[in-house]
Amino acid sequence: MSTLLARNLIVDGRLEGVSLALAPGTVTAIVGPNGAGKSTLLAALAGLVPGAVSLGSDALRALPPRRRAQRIGYLPQSGEVAWNLSVRTLAALGRLPHDAGAADDARAIDAALRQLDLAALAERPVAQLSGGERARALLARVLAGEPDWVLADEPLAALDLSHQQVLLAQLRALAGAGRGVVLVLHDLALAMNHADRVAVLDRGRLVAEGAPAAVLTPALIAQVWGVAARWLGEPGARALALG
Amino acid sequence: MTRPATLLAGLLLLALPLSLLAGQVWIDPFGPPVRNAVPILMELRAPRAVLALLVGGGLGAAGAAMQGYLRNPLADPGLFGVAPMAALGAVLSFYTGYAVQPFALPVFALAGGALAMGLLALIAGRGAGIALFTLAGMMIASLAGALTSLAISLSPNPFALSEIVTWLMGALADRGWRDVALAAPPTLLGLALLARTGRSLDALTLGEAAARSLGVDPVRLQWLLAAGVGCLVGAGVAVAGIIGFVGLIVPHMVRPFTDGRPSALLLPSALAGALLLLLADCLCRLVPLPGGELRLGIALSLAGAPFFLHLLLRLRREVA
Repeated sequence: MSTLLARNLIVDGRLEGVSLALAPGTVTAIVGPNGAGKSTLLAALAGLVPGAVSLGSDALRALPPRRRAQRIGYLPQSGEVAWNLSVRTLAALGRLPHDAGAADDARAIDAALRQLDLAALAERPVAQLSGGERARALLARVLAGEPDWVLADEPLAALDLSHQQVLLAQLRALAGAGRGVVLVLHDLALAMNHADRVAVLDRGRLVAEGAPAAVLTPALIAQVWGVAARWLGEPGARALALG
Repeated sequence: MTRPATLLAGLLLLALPLSLLAGQVWIDPFGPPVRNAVPILMELRAPRAVLALLVGGGLGAAGAAMQGYLRNPLADPGLFGVAPMAALGAVLSFYTGYAVQPFALPVFALAGGALAMGLLALIAGRGAGIALFTLAGMMIASLAGALTSLAISLSPNPFALSEIVTWLMGALADRGWRDVALAAPPTLLGLALLARTGRSLDALTLGEAAARSLGVDPVRLQWLLAAGVGCLVGAGVAVAGIIGFVGLIVPHMVRPFTDGRPSALLLPSALAGALLLLLADCLCRLVPLPGGELRLGIALSLAGAPFFLHLLLRLRREVA
């Protein structure tokens, strides 16, 4: 697995010189206020926005799109599914960049559905899913592609507490298996408790990057979000108290 | 082949010989011999049936590809402006009087379709998004429509006028093997081009950003679609005039029998489009009308408009 490296990313008006090195085997959370450039940074790391991003020794924009797609899985925030596919057919779209053969495809799809607790819903049309089930099905699509890197924009937003835990455990397991996981998160407590590294963006600039406890200090939260807050509880189970 | 495709292919094999027997003169293979049966079959009905398969198959596949590309069940191959431009070409051949020359009309129509494709390709080369690309197609369509109306209003004599208006209604009557030879190559080329879009159209189900992250090259897809839809629709208009609603209706009739992926819809839509046009053309031959037969384009629009309304009502219910 290779490092994902962004060098001085500039995207007009949205990113103003962001440099970031992401190591495989870790869960990195990108946090920041609305409009800070989180989604743009994630899209750039996925190679969808012009910018100097490299994966190991390869410049991302120079990789053939299919090769890039085999190595980087990207889950946008929109959650769009234009046609009323079954959960299994939806997850199978993650195999599109591969030419691995039907048996390999079926194995990867089954594994992804199992990991996200969707095996029982495999034949259900997406129109009949709850918001949380749909969010899991969309992530199953990414996992079915078995990418080295999983880049997900707000994957937990529509999930209830127990499914947030299921999903975070799965993402942790991916990182434990040596893959890279990058999540855009709004919930600072989730970033604090579950990420290995946190990157804080503010108005297109990277203002801090490092271990969550070292980065997400009350002083930085006050500076970036303009909110007075303090952490309660034990490491690994912290909660943010406002005021 | 998938199950719906196999079923539709079987139905086509069944309908094709039957369609040859039906018409103003019924040919009963087991009854008493009919006078001129062989020329009626070989020179009148067989080319007409083959054209129905080519034009219907092309429109069905083009409709399925367009709906997949625009992620919208209300999309139609006419949206890219190829059909109106091809029609404009044909109308100009009447207007200028060249239409009396053999091949002039379809060549003018194909040239019009090719011009629309070229304009679309220019826009695609600039990396336009789906919305911009489609709007550009609609502008081409409306420009072609206005120029067609202008040609009609300025038509040099009543004969040209009547020729134009009749031709615009769309029909397969009085077509021969010459028209088949003209329509077959672009139709087959168009089908081959659209067959290469399946993977990209499937990925587009998840939106443009996700599709690109799955390795879809949006510019290549636009080129393939503009060329594929252009060949199919251009060839169809060149030999049959404007035949509406096939590209819109057929994917809808087929979609419930597939798993919903746009790629799974392409082949069954081509087969169902061919079947629909074959049957519709047969019915047109059979309906007795004073002054000739029912025009195919009119018949399909008569059947298509209520279907479209039904679709809108159903969509509204689903949204509500």
